[in-house]
Amino acid sequence: MESAVLKAVDLSAYYGDNLVVKRVNLSVPEGKITAIMGPSGCGKSTLIRCFNRMHELTPVAKIDGKVFLRDEDIYQMNPITVRTRIGMVFQRPNPFPMMTIWDNVIAGYKLNGVKLSRSESSEIVEASLQKAALWDEVKDHLRRRGTFLSGGQQQRLCIARALAVKPDILLFDEPTSALDPKATAHIEELMTQLKKAVTLVLVTHNIAQAGRVSDFIAFLYVGELIEFGPKGQLLTTPKDKKTEEFLAGKFG
Amino acid sequence: MIPLLLIVFYIITNGISSLSWTFLTEIPTPVGEKGGGIANAMVGSFLLVIIAGIPSIPLGIAAGVYLSEHKKSKLAYWGRLATEVLQGTPSIVIGIMAYLWLVVPMGGFSALSGGIALGIMMLPMIIRTTEETLNLVPDSLKEASLALGVPYYRTILRVILPAGLSGIMTGVLISVARIAGETAPLLFTALGNAFMNWNIMKPVNSLPVLIYNYATSPYPEWHRVAWGASCVLVVFVLTLNLVVRIITRRWKVQF
Repeated sequence: MESAVLKAVDLSAYYGDNLVVKRVNLSVPEGKITAIMGPSGCGKSTLIRCFNRMHELTPVAKIDGKVFLRDEDIYQMNPITVRTRIGMVFQRPNPFPMMTIWDNVIAGYKLNGVKLSRSESSEIVEASLQKAALWDEVKDHLRRRGTFLSGGQQQRLCIARALAVKPDILLFDEPTSALDPKATAHIEELMTQLKKAVTLVLVTHNIAQAGRVSDFIAFLYVGELIEFGPKGQLLTTPKDKKTEEFLAGKFG
Repeated sequence: MIPLLLIVFYIITNGISSLSWTFLTEIPTPVGEKGGGIANAMVGSFLLVIIAGIPSIPLGIAAGVYLSEHKKSKLAYWGRLATEVLQGTPSIVIGIMAYLWLVVPMGGFSALSGGIALGIMMLPMIIRTTEETLNLVPDSLKEASLALGVPYYRTILRVILPAGLSGIMTGVLISVARIAGETAPLLFTALGNAFMNWNIMKPVNSLPVLIYNYATSPYPEWHRVAWGASCVLVVFVLTLNLVVRIITRRWKVQF
């Protein structure tokens, strides 16, 4: 198997006394799309929020175990550094409403107080929007507010914003759950293009979506990692009975 | 609506006749002399609002941020209670407190003590509007910023506060409009002054105190000055409220 860029070792996550992720061991292969699939409330989102240290921002949250980015334990690193190297796209598009499209793309620099020259920022804006397949639609409106865009465009703007800081990994937390089918298709296509540049981890409760875009699938059920494997194998010949039942639509 | 229109109509019809350029630029004349104006009271009110705002605006916004960020903490609970009690405290009581704690130790009436008394009145209004505004800012924006590796304090300063800017500005301006018309706390603190004064360690005149003193005097020409000053004050407050309207409409951030 390809080298793992992100590795969770015995990772458990709690909300208060509530154990929501149970001793998960998972290796995310580089340059691929790994889908984390499972029914609602199984801890998928919590799991990936442990990967960029967003989980610990909830007041009662607690984490056990380790997560390695390449060979570094991210819980020994500065959370700020972790989050610039591991980006995130959320369920609902959340561009900054008081900023223009342009400023939204370079928000990762601006908000951190990094000064960019005019040419640097225009380069980053164009490259990031190109990568997020949004450039052609917005290149004439870069000075307008990001919230004027449609939902799907806003989500691609958020992807561009995450790409602009050049992360190693992008985490997608059900990025299409608030979008219509057409916008969803657009985002899915975009994800498969993006894996050339960045490793993707996608959380989804949608089996079909996991099947369409991912290379590897991890099946999570009530906080436990039931099964992990290449897409084809997991979807057609699952080893575990729970996976089989989930794929057959018996629950979820 | 009808009481408001009646008040505005009555004040303007009575006050407009005394308004003139000299009314706004000259200081009051002794009884019996013609002319004179309320420039010293306008300057005094201006100074008082500035002195009140300099500590209270940042402090109030900071407290509002704290309350909305730590909704369930013990300190927030007590802070919220204190804010409510402070908001309900009669302004004359605040004036007496300022007299005891500031005027007496400093050995004299001053604009500074008056400004601080007004600042204490402003504080709960700013805290509450800031808290309420920031509660409406969705958490997703904070998450978006933190997920980009932006530190917490920068997220507050550069994402959360700008997103709530129109609401916060509204709170600040409304509190300015409120304190600009306060009389009671100023009677024991800024006192009043028949002359022009820019020194914040000395007593200053202010529009509401001037109105109070002149309206209760036995001289008809002073009554006219009081009407004119009332007119200026009401127009100022109305204008501030209009500005608030414009700000909320123009700067409204759509989430």
